[in-house]
Amino acid sequence: MRVRVDGEKCQGHNRCFAVAKELFELDEYGYSHEIGDGVVPPELEEKARLAVANCPERAISIADTEEA
Amino acid sequence: MGGPVEDWTTDYDIFDPAYIRDPYPVWDELRQQCPVAHTERWGGSWMPTRYSDLFDIARDVQHFSSRNVLVAPAGPPPDHEDAEAMTAFEVGAPPITSDPPVHTWARRLLLPPFSIKAVAQLEPETRELCRSLIDGFLDAGRADAAADYAQQIPPRVIAGMLGIPKEMAGTFTDWVRGFLEYGLTNADIRGEAARSIFGFLRERIDERKEQPSDDLISYLLGSEVNGRPVPEPHVLGTCFLLLVAGIDTTWSSIGSALWHLAQHPEDRARLVAEPELMPIAVEELLRAYSPVTMARVVTEELEYGELRMCLGDKVLMSFPAANRDPEKFPDPDKVIIDRAENPHIAFGVGIHRCAGSNLARMEMRVSIEEWLARIPEFRLEDPDAVTWAGGQVRGPRSMPVVFP
Repeated sequence: MRVRVDGEKCQGHNRCFAVAKELFELDEYGYSHEIGDGVVPPELEEKARLAVANCPERAISIADTEEA
Repeated sequence: MGGPVEDWTTDYDIFDPAYIRDPYPVWDELRQQCPVAHTERWGGSWMPTRYSDLFDIARDVQHFSSRNVLVAPAGPPPDHEDAEAMTAFEVGAPPITSDPPVHTWARRLLLPPFSIKAVAQLEPETRELCRSLIDGFLDAGRADAAADYAQQIPPRVIAGMLGIPKEMAGTFTDWVRGFLEYGLTNADIRGEAARSIFGFLRERIDERKEQPSDDLISYLLGSEVNGRPVPEPHVLGTCFLLLVAGIDTTWSSIGSALWHLAQHPEDRARLVAEPELMPIAVEELLRAYSPVTMARVVTEELEYGELRMCLGDKVLMSFPAANRDPEKFPDPDKVIIDRAENPHIAFGVGIHRCAGSNLARMEMRVSIEEWLARIPEFRLEDPDAVTWAGGQVRGPRSMPVVFP
């Protein structure tokens, strides 16, 4: 699984960071970016799904690693 | 016009006392019968109540401008001789009242001091403040959780950020209520409040120009846009925003959260036993009791579904109604204190997402934590005695509680 933040959509709600600090980092303005290449270890997959579900801007997407 | 509402779909009244106390049945009815309602009252407006409509309209800044975000009529333009009123009229409260392109740089300017990291530095003193407030009434076994507690916190926090003595907190509260509560339906009271705030802030800005400090006013004065200092009227307008937007919004949220907890011992017990739930609980309380409704102004004649909206029409962004939409949230009227999937839009959605959301969350979390640490058991003294304000910002204004 791979997670990605759409920088055009993110408005800095920081909800993804609140549920999955291991997967997202914030810049000084509060805009979010996936950490590194966005690959999600199996034990964090549930957190990645929660990040998607809680983003009010629908800015976060998940892809299978093979497809990404 | 006027009188009791008989048909909420064509004649709603956001200042109706029964609606302010309990708006939820009205929203349910509107969502089903007329998801974008209309009224001629208070200058006329549209009111969407479905999450999907609020989501779409908030993000369409081209057709729905933020140049006037007040839910009540603007009133006549001020007298040109009245310098302070003219300034207030002209500069507004950027970036909440700005559209792109000004909005883009004005917002960027404001975000760093409200980042999670910056806000975390304010947590210890906020905690200390909450403790000292509780010290003041703990032995009495009763308190007004709205007036003695919730209302006391945000004005002191924002005063600290602006570098203004915290003794001013009571005055701030009066001004902000004058602007957003008592003055919402009375342009004279509102104008007077705006004039007082602008006059006060202008003096503070002059002081910081002489002697910069490490506060937000100095930060704004020292910032640049396109290689030049941020224009001073803009600094003034932004300071006005910080004062007005950061006070009764947050105190309403804290008050509503305590109103809920006073009546739900199972949620209190859960939060005491599992303090790590608190951030999730705060999001759920924000969803269920969202305080803020903003307005937008239609920028050109347009078709919205089957509706024809005209240039200058006002749209009330009922984020609180969106957050109770059963299409988006299962069991929306139930507070599920550990609700895992909760993309609420209490802070709005799109480019005007509340810049102070991290600060509001911190204040909510800390104030509830400190309350529950000292007062884990409490209840409303008389549920019918609780008074609510509404319109732009909904929350309890007087809420007597008792504790053993």
